[in-house]
Amino acid sequence: MSTIVFIDTRGERLPKSAQEAVTCASQLAGEPVTAVTFGEAQGLEALGANGAKKVIVARSVKAVDSQQLTKLVCDVAAAEGATTIVCVHDATGKTVAPRVAARLKAGLVAGATGMPEGNRFKRNVFSGKARAHVEVTSPVKVISLSPNSIAIAAGGGSATVEEFTGDLGAARIAVKEVRKAGTGIPLPEAEIVVSAGRGMKGPEHWAPVEELAQLLGGATACSRPVADMHWRPHHEHVGQTGVAIRPNCYIAIGISGAIQHLAGVNQSKVIAVINKDPEAPFFKAADYGILGDAFEVLPKLIEAAKKLNAER
Amino acid sequence: MKILVLLSQVPDTTARIAFTNGDTQYDGNGVTFIMNPYDEWYALVRALELKEAKGSGSVTTVTVGGADTEATIRKGLAIGADDAVRIDAQPTDALQVAELIASYAKDKGFDLVLAGKETIDHNGGVVGAMVAELLDMPYVALASKLDVNGDSATVERDVPGGVEVLEVQLPLALSAAKGMAEQRIPNMRGIMAARTKPLSVVAAASTTNAASTVKFELPPAKGTVKMIPAEEAGKLIELLHSEAKVI
Ligand SMILES: Cc1cc2nc3c(=O)[nH]c(=O)nc-3n(C[C@H](O)[C@H](O)[C@H](O)COP(=O)(O)OP(=O)(O)OC[C@H]3O[C@@H](n4cnc5c(N)ncnc54)[C@H](O)[C@@H]3O)c2cc1C
Ligand SMILES: Nc1ncnc2c1ncn2[C@@H]1O[C@H](COP(=O)(O)O)[C@@H](O)[C@H]1O
Repeated sequence: MSTIVFIDTRGERLPKSAQEAVTCASQLAGEPVTAVTFGEAQGLEALGANGAKKVIVARSVKAVDSQQLTKLVCDVAAAEGATTIVCVHDATGKTVAPRVAARLKAGLVAGATGMPEGNRFKRNVFSGKARAHVEVTSPVKVISLSPNSIAIAAGGGSATVEEFTGDLGAARIAVKEVRKAGTGIPLPEAEIVVSAGRGMKGPEHWAPVEELAQLLGGATACSRPVADMHWRPHHEHVGQTGVAIRPNCYIAIGISGAIQHLAGVNQSKVIAVINKDPEAPFFKAADYGILGDAFEVLPKLIEAAKKLNAER
Repeated sequence: MKILVLLSQVPDTTARIAFTNGDTQYDGNGVTFIMNPYDEWYALVRALELKEAKGSGSVTTVTVGGADTEATIRKGLAIGADDAVRIDAQPTDALQVAELIASYAKDKGFDLVLAGKETIDHNGGVVGAMVAELLDMPYVALASKLDVNGDSATVERDVPGGVEVLEVQLPLALSAAKGMAEQRIPNMRGIMAARTKPLSVVAAASTTNAASTVKFELPPAKGTVKMIPAEEAGKLIELLHSEAKVI
């Protein structure tokens, strides 16, 4: 009953979702597990704190080449006799987990939202409007864990790091260029998100939205029309057709709360809504609400956030 | 260039969500079914654009589903696909759907296999990658741009903090997300032509039974919203900090 976990650790720091996946895998196994990753990341020993005993890293793989990565995961799984393989349900995991599942004829839980109850995993379906209980009956299971679904275990401990030396075949994907868009916390990683919609009237009014996000240590997001009108960059657009996020705190300002917007944010732990229309559907999905004009409410929020920061 | 588009049918975005048979099945009673928006707007339309730009090739759609999906499949033909295949089976799990599509597509020589980002009911986002594996093709998830140049393709995808531009060898499979193309409304000529375009029905091959949804549930109802007077808006920050403990 060995368990391994595959994570993407490229980038400047260890993603939270990777630490969650390692935690999940070691909790499923009931003991520290082997983690598999790729690229040039340093400091992988730190995954020991989340429950990894060993990290196997394929330094030669640079791009998310799903064929090389699938071979990597399957080779390690075979060597370790793994019957459970955990991945993160993000863009990288979505290319590797299903391939591994197809290759091993293993059942896949695509986007598990937590630890299983018995042998049932839960996942969101119908854009968060319902949940499905999935049972895997195949000998090997692949669990792709939704980001922000479980608390990270942070013990002591450090993992040993080993380089993968096997043959992964020729790359069929090469990265030609990476165009940076924006700085700061990437939206899917942010625990606090301050988001605004068409109620802000125009791009020139975004300074207080950004200021509030910055004071709270969060990221900014927007509704689709705001991105479509080029008031804000496209990568900020959340919802069914944009990014789906599940931060701890989502603050929505001047957003009506259309069903397609909610589909991308309704998994947030706490939702606060500021809107001047008492009939705005968003209030029905909210934990906290302020009925009022954003242009009057925002300065008060900023002032309170400054006060809070001064106190902590 | 031969292009295969994976086309699924889903309940309308605004459809009521309810379950029957002891909460084991979606209750489609009285629900309007549509073509999965990502398959339609992004995968299918981009496939047609690539074919048109080249002036040759073909666009085939494949759907795993019962006879009730044929109106949706005809709509794909009306938008411009050349022919369509329906694999006669009720979808139960991503691996089952992928194995059925792969067993139809293997040896057909498709250069491109385009899936949508995800189905809006199942929300897995995984069938395309499974098909890619079974057909031994490279795969890019959540692509926002696709251009073909000879025997390779340039694909863009959003990554945290930016956009990655990839060069990928053909044949290639991908899942299509926002940015790939714009919706096309079928015109009268398309609708007429669709009536006589080939829609073949193939029997389902045998598949692996590895995972199944044993139950659905609705999320617990939200408690009522706690309203804060606008004049005391600052209180929201205090409550998020001391009560909800999220900031
Ligand atoms: C297939 C499909 C997919 C879609 N995908 C998405 C998606 O991914 N994401 C998304 O966001 N949308 C999506 N949409 C669009 C969605 O249906 C809504 O049209 C959109 O979310 C509305 O954006 P909004 O709330 O910013 O604007 P509006 O609906 O115009 O709402 C503005 C809100 O601001 C309030 N307001 C105005 N002035 C003030 C003020 N001074 N102070 C406080 N409040 C104020 C108003 O009361 C109103 O509630 C999709 C639509 C379709 C059909
Ligand atoms: N029953 C089906 N028939 C054909 N294509 C499908 C089917 N189910 C899923 N797909 C394709 O796979 C993509 C991802 O589906 P999913 O993994 O269910 O989210 C969809 O956008 C479709 O392109």
